[in-house]
Amino acid sequence: MIGLDAVYILTGVMFAAFAISHGFDTSNKRRWRSTTFWGIFAILLMAGSWLPDFLSGVLVLAMVGVAALGLAPGKDTTSDDATRAASAGRLGNKLFVAALAIPVVTMAGTLLLPHLLVHGAPLFAAKHVTLVSLALGAVTGLLLALRLTGAPGHFATAEGRRLADSIGWATVLPQMLAALGGIFAAAGVGAVVATLANNTIPMTQPFVVVIVYTIGMALFTIIMGNAFAAFPVMTAGIGLPLIVGKFGGDPVVMSALGMLSGFCGTPMTPMAANFNIVPAAVLELTDRNAVIKVQIPTALMLLGVNTLIMIFFVYR
Amino acid sequence: MIVLCGIAIVIIGFALRFNPLVVVTLAAIATGLSAGFDLVKVIGLVGKAFVDNRFIAIAWLVLPVIGLLERGGLRERARSLIGKLSGATAGGLLIAYLGIRQLTAMLGLTAMGGAVPMVRPLIAPMVEAAAERQTEVDSALRQELRAHAAATDNIGLFFGEDVFIAIGSILLVVGFLGQNHISVAPLDVAIWALPTAVIAFVIHAMRLRLLDRRLAQRKVKA
Repeated sequence: MIGLDAVYILTGVMFAAFAISHGFDTSNKRRWRSTTFWGIFAILLMAGSWLPDFLSGVLVLAMVGVAALGLAPGKDTTSDDATRAASAGRLGNKLFVAALAIPVVTMAGTLLLPHLLVHGAPLFAAKHVTLVSLALGAVTGLLLALRLTGAPGHFATAEGRRLADSIGWATVLPQMLAALGGIFAAAGVGAVVATLANNTIPMTQPFVVVIVYTIGMALFTIIMGNAFAAFPVMTAGIGLPLIVGKFGGDPVVMSALGMLSGFCGTPMTPMAANFNIVPAAVLELTDRNAVIKVQIPTALMLLGVNTLIMIFFVYR
Repeated sequence: MIVLCGIAIVIIGFALRFNPLVVVTLAAIATGLSAGFDLVKVIGLVGKAFVDNRFIAIAWLVLPVIGLLERGGLRERARSLIGKLSGATAGGLLIAYLGIRQLTAMLGLTAMGGAVPMVRPLIAPMVEAAAERQTEVDSALRQELRAHAAATDNIGLFFGEDVFIAIGSILLVVGFLGQNHISVAPLDVAIWALPTAVIAFVIHAMRLRLLDRRLAQRKVKA
């Protein structure tokens, strides 16, 4: 069975290429900051499986330290507007073929790879299939894009680096938040919060408990940035003992809508960086919270809807 | 109680708009120390957790593809395609994308979207081009339209994927209830995500219709 290490090394090689390209960019006086930042990230991706935890931690801190000083994006060597317009006219809808190859190959891989057997055993573990397919999709897209545009190979590095520079430190933020979640779990933060909620709010009415549970799921997700982290804590602390145990609610309805209430927290928090902060950087928005602001009304209305559905159906 | 200091650091740090990467790192270290671990152990925990979550970074593999295609004029092409569709509006396009995103996510195809492969090169330029026919688009409105494109991508994903039985959140629910001696099938849980998915579409589509109406009213003013 093939694990994810090959894909991690591939991703690491890409970031190493960005780092090296920064290193040779003599027009950029602060190029060493960018070289160091992307270089450390590349090392962590490629060698993470074999590095001792403490050394990985030191590398992470060094990378964050460089980001704190301020990264220095390199000079942008992409084409100008007129060239791009001409190229768009020349290449036409073939451009979409290369772009859509990524999701199509990812989808095909997700469906087909589980059936790829070697000596009767699956070649990839089921939980890795989506990520392996995504990597296959990216590689296919890259080959098509190079062939289509006729660009030399090093342009792939230059153009990828341009996008990585525009996203900057937000590239590693989702992973750092996941690390924070790990520390929260190790330190028992969730249990403390659940105890606090239980001790401060009088929960004698069945519908009050539902409201505390759904809003608690959303709030805890806002703090942790992830409904998955909130669910076990809130459900073990409030859901199971009170909604199911004390008032006889249906655990399936409670869990499904509880999780969805957490999903209403995700669009409202900068802690869910992957969905909220990274897209703002990717789309070059000046307000880092612009995406969150657009999402808040929908999220709040849906939180109300989830709470109502649970109040009406959990105690049937 | 003192282990909550990490949460306080995050809230204060984000409110004061410090670099989030630095804030989160400090919060992780403070939480670890306040839980009684020594510094070497905390740094090790940070390193291990960062490395354990490397799968998140795999999505960045699309950067060179999108960069190359942008250089080749992908965004310009997406814009001109919408220019030919005379009936297309910014809100209408986003409603169609919302529906497609929800339906594909319900089938487990959560990778059929995202900010880098989909929104930046395709959806955002199309929405901007459509809006330019509805009204005059200044820089502030352009930013708002892009934020709407990213938000629609998220809403479609979040309230579609939970209907799919093999998605992480459903498996977490089933596993968690199982640990507490309540045995349920994934489908029983997923079916209860369906009403919220439908209402999410209705609510968000209504907001996008309002966006269209606002764009139309701007035109009258100008």
